[in-house]
Amino acid sequence: MHRKTIAQLAADLRARRVSAVELARHFLERIERFDGALNAFITVTAEQALRQAEAADRRIARGDHTALTGIPLVHKDIFCTAGVKTSCGSRMLDNFVAPYDATVVERLERAGGVMLGKTNMDEFAMGSSNETSFYGPVRNPWHHDCVPGGSSGGSAAAVAAGLACGATGTDTGGSIRQPAALSGITGLKPTYGRVSRYGMVAFASSLDQAGPLTRTAEDAALLLEHMAGFDERDSTSLDDPVPPYSRLLAEEWRPPSIGVPTSFFEEGLDPRLGEAVHAALRELEKEGATIKPIELPHVHLSVPAYYVVAPAEASSNLSRFDGIRFGYRSEKADNLDLRSFYMRNRGEGFGAEVKRRILTGTYVLSAGYYDAYYLKAQKVRQLIRQDFERAFAEVDLVAGPTTPTPAFRLGQKTNDPIQMYLNDIYTIGANLAGLPAVSLPCGFVDGLPVGLQLIAPALGEVELLKTAHRYQQATDWHTRMPEAYL
Amino acid sequence: MRHASLAIRVSLNPENISKLCELARLEIAASELPDLTAKLTDIVAMVGELQKVDTEGVTPMAHPLERPQRLREDVVTEEDRHELYQRNAARVERGLYLVPKVIE
Repeated sequence: MHRKTIAQLAADLRARRVSAVELARHFLERIERFDGALNAFITVTAEQALRQAEAADRRIARGDHTALTGIPLVHKDIFCTAGVKTSCGSRMLDNFVAPYDATVVERLERAGGVMLGKTNMDEFAMGSSNETSFYGPVRNPWHHDCVPGGSSGGSAAAVAAGLACGATGTDTGGSIRQPAALSGITGLKPTYGRVSRYGMVAFASSLDQAGPLTRTAEDAALLLEHMAGFDERDSTSLDDPVPPYSRLLAEEWRPPSIGVPTSFFEEGLDPRLGEAVHAALRELEKEGATIKPIELPHVHLSVPAYYVVAPAEASSNLSRFDGIRFGYRSEKADNLDLRSFYMRNRGEGFGAEVKRRILTGTYVLSAGYYDAYYLKAQKVRQLIRQDFERAFAEVDLVAGPTTPTPAFRLGQKTNDPIQMYLNDIYTIGANLAGLPAVSLPCGFVDGLPVGLQLIAPALGEVELLKTAHRYQQATDWHTRMPEAYL
Repeated sequence: MRHASLAIRVSLNPENISKLCELARLEIAASELPDLTAKLTDIVAMVGELQKVDTEGVTPMAHPLERPQRLREDVVTEEDRHELYQRNAARVERGLYLVPKVIE
């Protein structure tokens, strides 16, 4: 059952070949059996899952169901879940029980999805390897000595290992696409504003976007159509109508012209990974797409621009954690003055990477530095956006690798933040410009999966998913699973 | 007046990092300072690459959406749920959050 896609299981549920309760039990047993080694979960919500599964079976019996009714899903622990611990991978929120549901959680529950639990992640989504989590690193199901990517590493590992049919994640600089690539699954970051940020713990508000991690583009379309849509509780939510993505996949595919940025294949890229991406592009060409080289002259500045903008926004967003209204409050703080009290709570509650980002953000926003760093980064962000705008005047999609290398070893980059940051060199551009992008499995290097990234213009999810789906109909990389989890 | 050109010449050291920690309300152990200084120096040097870019006449981009901020009627839409919300607070008494003494 765990090798099937959401689309296949939805058909099985409707035909009563399996019940939602049987499905939930199957996946909960797999979590029990495998997660000790993987560490993909922070919280498993078995009882709640079985209650939701029973309700799903009743809905299916009544004929009042959606394609997601009875489908076992997991949420990144950044999404608030009413009555369930929502830690964001941090000691700061280890004791936090969300008083309400995030819009994404509420919508997937309304569609009949069954929540199995909350997945591990880099602390406050700040990381590319899942090693900054307060709950310890997640292992890559393809090789336990390697990282699954991050920050949505628990979600990626859970789907890759067949511990869930699909997962939610968030992507601020690549946190859905990069772990999807490193774990051998499909990961979609929608257009900024397409999915509500309400109830999603904020990292960098002008970049954060929620999306699905699944086996296939078809499943990503199914999840997205239930996650997306206007929400008055998010002031940046788009009110454009949500297309029926999954139904549109069946419509005729108009072969796109695909631009390939030459700078994405220069130094830093593992040449074997580059070859896998070129092979994928040849496959799309065979299907009828036209491939041509393009230039994105400022995109190499994505990493420095991002590491000003994102920490600046994070330093402001994370100022809410004071140890008073919610979150970690030190046992050794009661006799301090108010300033030292805040400093103690935050000093003990946040981990090293989060502190570095808060301090970087504080630095670039502080008096005398604002123009040189923050304003400068916003101008470079504009140049990067304009690069994409010019590219999309000529081509329908932009394609390249998702990451420069396959999964690296645990501990390999933890002491070198810059090397860690460079993992997101190809993904950050889409966040800065607010564009939708997907990562698809496209081969293996040293037995580890690697990803092809496709980027579309704003609100171009339909074209993006159709091309991704077409690629997956022509190839079978997305059907591979790590042997230990078959 | 801001001294933008000064920024890239100022290097980080344990003293100004301690000052940043005060501004950010983060307690950092003295033993953490050398490593933190080294790493923040690397990060600031990396983002310093932006200084080389010609951005003359470029409008800063604060946000991906080129749409006006939506407004709503100025009416109360939330009900009072302070009891539920205060369950997440470490110290609450009679509906009030307890904090260290702030007035002498």
